[in-house]
Amino acid sequence: MNIHEYQAKERFRAAGVPVPPGEIATTPEEAEAIARRFGGTVVVKAQVHSGGRGKAGGVKLAKSPEEAREHASRILGMEIKGLKVMKVLVTPAEEIATEAYVGVLMDRKTQAPMFMVSAEGGIDIEEVAATKPEAIRKLRVDPRYGMLPHQGYWLANALYDDPGLVKQASKVITQLYQAFVDSGASMAEINPMISTTSGEVKAIDAKMSIDDSELFRRPEVAAMRDTSDEPPAETKARDAGLSFVKLDGNVGCCVNGAGLAMATMDLVKYYGGEPANFLDIGGSSNPDKVIAALEIITADPNVKAILFNIFGGITRCDDVANGIAEAAKRIDIKLPVVIRLTGTNEEQGIKILADAGFSAFTSMDEVVQKAVELAKA
Amino acid sequence: MSIFIDKDTKLVVQGITGRDGSFHTRQMMEYGTQVVAGVTPGKGGQTFEGPDGTAVPIFNGMDEAVAATGANTSVIYVPPAFAANAVMEAADSGVKLVVAITEGVPVQAMARAHAFARDRGVRVIGPNCPGIISPGKSKVGILPGQIVAEGPVGLVSRSGTLTYEAVLQLTNLGLGQTTCVGIGGDPLIGTNFVDCLAAFEADPDTKAIVMIGEIGGTDEQEAAAYVKANVSKPVVGFIAGQTAPPGRRMGHAGAIISGSAGTAEEKVRAFEENGIAVAKRPIDIAGLVQSALA
Repeated sequence: MNIHEYQAKERFRAAGVPVPPGEIATTPEEAEAIARRFGGTVVVKAQVHSGGRGKAGGVKLAKSPEEAREHASRILGMEIKGLKVMKVLVTPAEEIATEAYVGVLMDRKTQAPMFMVSAEGGIDIEEVAATKPEAIRKLRVDPRYGMLPHQGYWLANALYDDPGLVKQASKVITQLYQAFVDSGASMAEINPMISTTSGEVKAIDAKMSIDDSELFRRPEVAAMRDTSDEPPAETKARDAGLSFVKLDGNVGCCVNGAGLAMATMDLVKYYGGEPANFLDIGGSSNPDKVIAALEIITADPNVKAILFNIFGGITRCDDVANGIAEAAKRIDIKLPVVIRLTGTNEEQGIKILADAGFSAFTSMDEVVQKAVELAKA
Repeated sequence: MSIFIDKDTKLVVQGITGRDGSFHTRQMMEYGTQVVAGVTPGKGGQTFEGPDGTAVPIFNGMDEAVAATGANTSVIYVPPAFAANAVMEAADSGVKLVVAITEGVPVQAMARAHAFARDRGVRVIGPNCPGIISPGKSKVGILPGQIVAEGPVGLVSRSGTLTYEAVLQLTNLGLGQTTCVGIGGDPLIGTNFVDCLAAFEADPDTKAIVMIGEIGGTDEQEAAAYVKANVSKPVVGFIAGQTAPPGRRMGHAGAIISGSAGTAEEKVRAFEENGIAVAKRPIDIAGLVQSALA
């Protein structure tokens, strides 16, 4: 789960990271009032789950409250990488002397949090890692001991020459690690971390992604979920316990298992069609889940055919067939449905579907070709 | 032969009294796995009744279970909040292999558990995996026993149902398996492709290897380089997620393209450049294995 900059800043502040104050506005008038309270120059920043906000014109300096209002009225409602901006953060502008990059992410290869710092701030770290790796200092944190004082100091030494700044930065790095751990994050980043002309180290931007598996035990973080910029179908799917991603095609897919679901989408494409979604109904044969899946798929006006691909391993085909038959009784499906059912109790499953008026295939390739054909008809 | 498990596998089930744990314990026993003990804190002294009436003793902790039964392997069905601790408890008990089925384990907790197990020389498979099966010998996890057959193919996969798909085709073509390993869909897993490739290369009964990957991470790319340098047996590969959009999690926690890294194209290219035959469709996997063995 991605959270907004202002939310990440709340998490950072809670861990002690020096973050300048800031308030959220949802209207230009609110932005003006906040700017007036802060006084002086402020920055108006789009809050949206996407990078590249500055380049898109979503971050603007305002020298007066009136200017803050004007910027806010332009930024609110604008689209950045397809996501509509609903909120802006208004924060006092800082006197920046230098900019640095500090980030930590859960590294798959070393199976531990990996810190990356660079004296070149405000940059795209992936790009620097690829083109100028010597500009980055990296440190693997042993997750059992956490960030040790000398490690934070070693990282900070790559950023500044001034002992006072090194000391402050070392503390910020340790605090950032604490925020990462306390939030159950998979990534936390300060870009840029600045030193001010008066010699203070501060985080003026913040980015954080939360491990979805942590949310059950961190309700305060889970409450930060903002569904306003995601398709309603994805919100509904999550509430129903389904794994769903909306795509642009017209073949609605309902599959058990994530790997098979991806392979099914790929096969739709292979046979000249376009998948409308990724959907994993999991091992469940619960009719309620099948119904929720069908409701979500049929609510998409692009969908012209619905494809089920079920491999009964532990899940029994007759159970799934009952789920589909029951769902068909409860909701009126106007689109053609093709079903592939194979594995445990396949004969019983196919019979149940036949009695409910569906024909079932046992080959994945046949059923996908049929679905693509129906979607084109 | 087989890798990681065989007829001598003596299994403890952690979470044996839970819904999934009890169901799959019966399935494993029906398949012929030696289930010697179960662990559920607070239920020590009770017994679990197997399919043919066999009584499996239940213990409060892994240490007692291993001391009393000589178990060498454990399988974990406990809920996500307790799964990382269950891995560490198992790693401290003397078993050499821990198979973690549980999906949704917090990744930071797993990072600690993996480090803990590694220090003790204990192999972890998973979490978020279907487990491992050596046809005719033993199954640990949830892979369906009825679709596998004994034979010369070693199979390793990040996915569950896609594995079943490939296994069924292999079996239908008369190509049985030495061992099928589901390594799991999480970002941090205990056993990766390279570990399995090394074990299959060393196993004299394995004549060909199937490797099923998906988007996210760089495990497949490293495995491809490993194949070129170290594997003499033919390898057939498949990658799921050609149509997956970047930045979106496709069901599995680890199945996500981050930035420009971890795409299906890049993995397919790595396979092809390193001499791995790539199946375009799942249905082509078994045919490629057959040609490689001919």
